[in-house]
Amino acid sequence: MSEIDPNVTPPPAVPPPVDPRLLVREEGLKGYLTEFQRKIRGGDLGSLPVIVGLVIIWIVFSVQDSNYLTSANFEYIAYYMVGIGLLSIGLVFVLLLGEIDLSVGSVSGLAAAVFAVLSVSHGLNPWFAMVITLLTGAAIGALHGFVFAKIGVPAFVVTLAGFMGWQGFMLWLLGSTGTINLPTDSGPMRYLSGNSFFMGGDIAGGYILAGLGVAAYVFSAFGLQRRRRQAGVPYRPTTELALRTVILAIGSFGTAMILNDQKGVPNALVLFSVALIVTNFVLRRTTYGRKVFAVGGNIEASRRAGISVAMVRITVFSISGFFAALGGLTIAGQISSANQAGSDPNNLMLAIAAAVIGGTSLFGGRGMVWSALLGMLVIESINAGLYMLGLANSIQYMITGAVLLAAVIIDSLSRRTQKSAGRA
Amino acid sequence: MSSPFATAGTGAGAGAGEPVLALRGISKRFGAVQALTDVELEVRPGEVLALVGDNGAGKSTLVKTIAGVHPIDDGVIEWEGRPVSINRPQDAQHLGVATVYQDLALCDNLDVVGNLYLGRELKLRGLLDEVAMEKKAQELLSTLAIRIPSVRIPVASLSGGQRQVVAIARSLIGEPKVVILDEPTAALGVEQTAQVLDLVERLRERGLAVILISHNMADVRAVADRVAVLRLGKNNGTFPVQQTTQETIIAAITGATDNAVTRRQARTAEGDR
Repeated sequence: MSEIDPNVTPPPAVPPPVDPRLLVREEGLKGYLTEFQRKIRGGDLGSLPVIVGLVIIWIVFSVQDSNYLTSANFEYIAYYMVGIGLLSIGLVFVLLLGEIDLSVGSVSGLAAAVFAVLSVSHGLNPWFAMVITLLTGAAIGALHGFVFAKIGVPAFVVTLAGFMGWQGFMLWLLGSTGTINLPTDSGPMRYLSGNSFFMGGDIAGGYILAGLGVAAYVFSAFGLQRRRRQAGVPYRPTTELALRTVILAIGSFGTAMILNDQKGVPNALVLFSVALIVTNFVLRRTTYGRKVFAVGGNIEASRRAGISVAMVRITVFSISGFFAALGGLTIAGQISSANQAGSDPNNLMLAIAAAVIGGTSLFGGRGMVWSALLGMLVIESINAGLYMLGLANSIQYMITGAVLLAAVIIDSLSRRTQKSAGRA
Repeated sequence: MSSPFATAGTGAGAGAGEPVLALRGISKRFGAVQALTDVELEVRPGEVLALVGDNGAGKSTLVKTIAGVHPIDDGVIEWEGRPVSINRPQDAQHLGVATVYQDLALCDNLDVVGNLYLGRELKLRGLLDEVAMEKKAQELLSTLAIRIPSVRIPVASLSGGQRQVVAIARSLIGEPKVVILDEPTAALGVEQTAQVLDLVERLRERGLAVILISHNMADVRAVADRVAVLRLGKNNGTFPVQQTTQETIIAAITGATDNAVTRRQARTAEGDR
């Protein structure tokens, strides 16, 4: 052991030599590609399987039906994925905790019923009714979260009870008629219906949105690069950022062009995009998001770090309830009514499927809200294709079920590979 | 950087100065079990105090009373000379006691930076300041001469020793004055154990008081200044490591000196009958 001499100051810290076992990333594009390759081998598949799957789906259906790869079909997919996609965003939060919320389908149906009763039966201002509806969804989620976090009932059971209970409440609200029609000329329904487009469907609308998105990305990505460079920590090379910007620009302007070929960008899609961007920001850039990932990774570690695990759980379920209500309103806007089919249990299954297909792990701690978008693209692409081919519902469910199973298998396998590669 | 080690170099070696933390007559009972009885413990800045004892001797319980996990039943905890009450883990943290538990408590899915700053994230305009956290994490790790491949890889991909040093480094983010290490070298290899022991010495050089729980006498002799022995929930002597043989310490741990006598007496008494 070393002698301690108060007169001798500790030796100045030598910068530690680079660990020889670490595979240092090379500079430039080549380094980026090798890093990418290594990640794939290590089981860190990211969004790759779903994007490959999407391309395969599109190729298969376009071979079957020449009408598949058309702007009309694309517009259909882009509009109809929003309702369940919003449910899926809330579910991503819950899945990040490693939990499950089985009630989102019922809560979405209930939300539509609450909105219809308030705005139509009671003649409340539709915007005010919308706010109350969304708060109701959040409160229901918070209730689930409270029973789960504070009383200790497994989330699976709590939300299963919610699944049945809230559906019953919806049926009771809708009363004997079972259906309440929603006027599509006022309030939020005006913007959520299938005939509502950004800037009235003006061609400029789509391009303005795409331009805003790309500009925001460039601003934040290069701003971050500059800050990291100034702070002397590793930063992404300019070529990589440029490449990402180009890909994003092609994607967003291409989407805008295809949608403009039809009637324009549906307002529902704008809502979905805003919801995705906001939730992604919350998860990645705020302490709250960090807490969600931490609780999903290791509950005990989070508790010792001073995180209130119960608070995170309650708020996450509340977020899930909020998005269930928002999705329910969107679905009601699609069919211009609140009816007993509103809480179709398939919505729940599809929302879970979308999150998992998109790459959010069922085991908690790993995932992103973009998986709601990617997963819904896959599901709606399959649905639209099968619908075009005139296949029965029975076949559609079987195929969607098979895709969900495939996604879960990929999730489990990649988790295993990641474990052996030391990344999980 | 406002270093967690602003007080660097104040370590005046073992036994000098006022104790930063002193336990006076601590007792703790769990139901019918008297886990701790009148335990005394003092630790000074710039000192590594090893806390040893057999399984069930009360080491973990004692540490948990200091860390605020189990509030004490009797006795006084003195912090820099004045009595304080530690009833919750937060109380201990506010005083400046950092505890590194045996089961590291790291989030495998977060990267090293995320783990180091978990619960204490640096913020810029209300948002996570990843750049500042990464920079400070690198500075902290390099002042401690900790070798980690990258601060941006998930903790899951680190080796056991690396995880241990990350856990110890993490305890330093809150600028503590006392660091408690619970079996930091258990389940570590030769090289990794050496790395952790190096780190313990560096903590002492920075003027921190370190309480080291260990079963490994070689580790204790390598880094500790004093050894406090617990036996059956009571003090069983405190020894300066330099002037004490390993046999003496082990005897204090096992109680072998007096026990052999009693056992022999019992045997003789049996033979007489």
